[in-house]
Amino acid sequence: MSTDPSSHHGSGRQVLLDVKALRASYGVVEVLRGIDFSVDQGEIAVILGANGAGKTTSLRAVCGMITTSGSVQLAGEEIIDRKTHEIVRRGVAHVPQGRGTFPDLSVADNMLAGAFIRDDDEIADDIARWYETFPVLGERREQPAGNLSGGEQQMLAVARALMSRPDLLLLDEPSLGLAPIVTEQLFETFAELNANEGVTMLIVEQNASLALGIAQHGYVLEAGEIVLSGTGEELSGDDSVRAAYLGY
Amino acid sequence: MELFIARLFDGLNNGATYAAVAVALVLIYKATTLINFAQGELALFGAFLTYGMAVGWGWPVVLSVIVAMILSAILAAGIERTLIRPFPPDAHLPIVIITLGLFLAMNALSGIIWGFDPLNLPSMFPAGDAFTFGIARLRWRTIGNLATVTGMLVFLNVVLKRSKIGLAFRAVSTNIESSRLVGIRVGPTLQFGWALAAAIGTLGANLIIPDLLLDPTVMLRVLIFSFAAATLGGLDSLGGALIAGLIVGLVRSLVVGYVGFIPNELSLATAVVLIMVVLLFKPDGLFGTARVERV
Repeated sequence: MSTDPSSHHGSGRQVLLDVKALRASYGVVEVLRGIDFSVDQGEIAVILGANGAGKTTSLRAVCGMITTSGSVQLAGEEIIDRKTHEIVRRGVAHVPQGRGTFPDLSVADNMLAGAFIRDDDEIADDIARWYETFPVLGERREQPAGNLSGGEQQMLAVARALMSRPDLLLLDEPSLGLAPIVTEQLFETFAELNANEGVTMLIVEQNASLALGIAQHGYVLEAGEIVLSGTGEELSGDDSVRAAYLGY
Repeated sequence: MELFIARLFDGLNNGATYAAVAVALVLIYKATTLINFAQGELALFGAFLTYGMAVGWGWPVVLSVIVAMILSAILAAGIERTLIRPFPPDAHLPIVIITLGLFLAMNALSGIIWGFDPLNLPSMFPAGDAFTFGIARLRWRTIGNLATVTGMLVFLNVVLKRSKIGLAFRAVSTNIESSRLVGIRVGPTLQFGWALAAAIGTLGANLIIPDLLLDPTVMLRVLIFSFAAATLGGLDSLGGALIAGLIVGLVRSLVVGYVGFIPNELSLATAVVLIMVVLLFKPDGLFGTARVERV
């Protein structure tokens, strides 16, 4: 247990995302005050924090949606000044908070749009595969995404993100606004995707028990600063995390 | 009866041409949720270009129209890059004001280059009638206009539904942030929309102006009916723009024909009334997307 974010990473592991001294502001309000975090290849990492702690901002910073300073390295390459569409082409997929879909387009077109950066001939195979993972999407493939329920839209947003075959999947509060049972299924799916497909994930969440349940590493973000980091188990056992996020 | 059929043909002919310009408005609206007030004047400029090639240089009319469409598309792409792109896509007020400025600039520029005297713009289609019934004449030009507008819509539909740039355009139309997140370059996609709309607008102007006279004010009289058609069709529906364009053309021709106290000069007002009624009672128009989403 420590506040040094790099200490929990073993020596033989490969760092996929390495963020250092990341700062971001909206106007005069500094939302991120120089945070460090990293995600290893193949792991699920989670950033916990209350509303306004800067969780969403951290993810938006990684994929170039806001102006930031510091360093964001993807597989050793600096991407902090890259545009979003370039970062996506380098293998980052982001499921933003709320709707990450195209509500006016059909489910099938949403899936095709997810594969926008691809030129190979396996796109149709991939769509069929995610329809198997998320059968409700297959059933409603011709319907506009805006007609789906909140949970179905979240599934579509995840499937849409996976269509780009990302190396790193960013998930912004996937549990937000969903029924507990739907959230549990969604997190089970994340764990399976990580285990079976090797998709590296960075999840920001308020729902600490579910997120820590599937994460190998976690960070606690408070008022724009990382105040704690450790393995999923360490954080689950930490008294302050329990009091603030687990409620027992 | 003959008079009725004559007015019907007349209404269909005008309706097809309103529809063409309405489709251009709808394309820009879909991409930006804004009305491009300069759309008509871009089309006017395209019509003058056609005139220059067809009459000035004696080129075949169809070739002149095609080249004018390409030149309009290039011009609109340049306008998007230099005047529109510096603003974020959701900066609605500055963009609307720029399109109003463009409207005035394009209009003045056309007058300065080609003068203010009315000119005869040749039609792409042969003169004469395909069919006559007493005083009712179905002109080849009417058939040509209807066929061109229908063909254009089919072509657009294929481009938007089947091509990658079409998918990008539809994606940007519905969610700009998500578009960036799937790797779409939003700026060039909107630029494509501007170019496509300008080409279609120029085609529309080349359908309708041969029935009128070409001068810098001609599109003002057309545009109000195209606005009415786009509104009635639902602003974001291409097929809706076609059907609503035909309805507006028919209503105009029948209302002015049968309601004696509306002089032709006042027929513009029927379009304004129609726009108002639609916006008041059915803001999504006949075929527009009702914006109801589940959260």
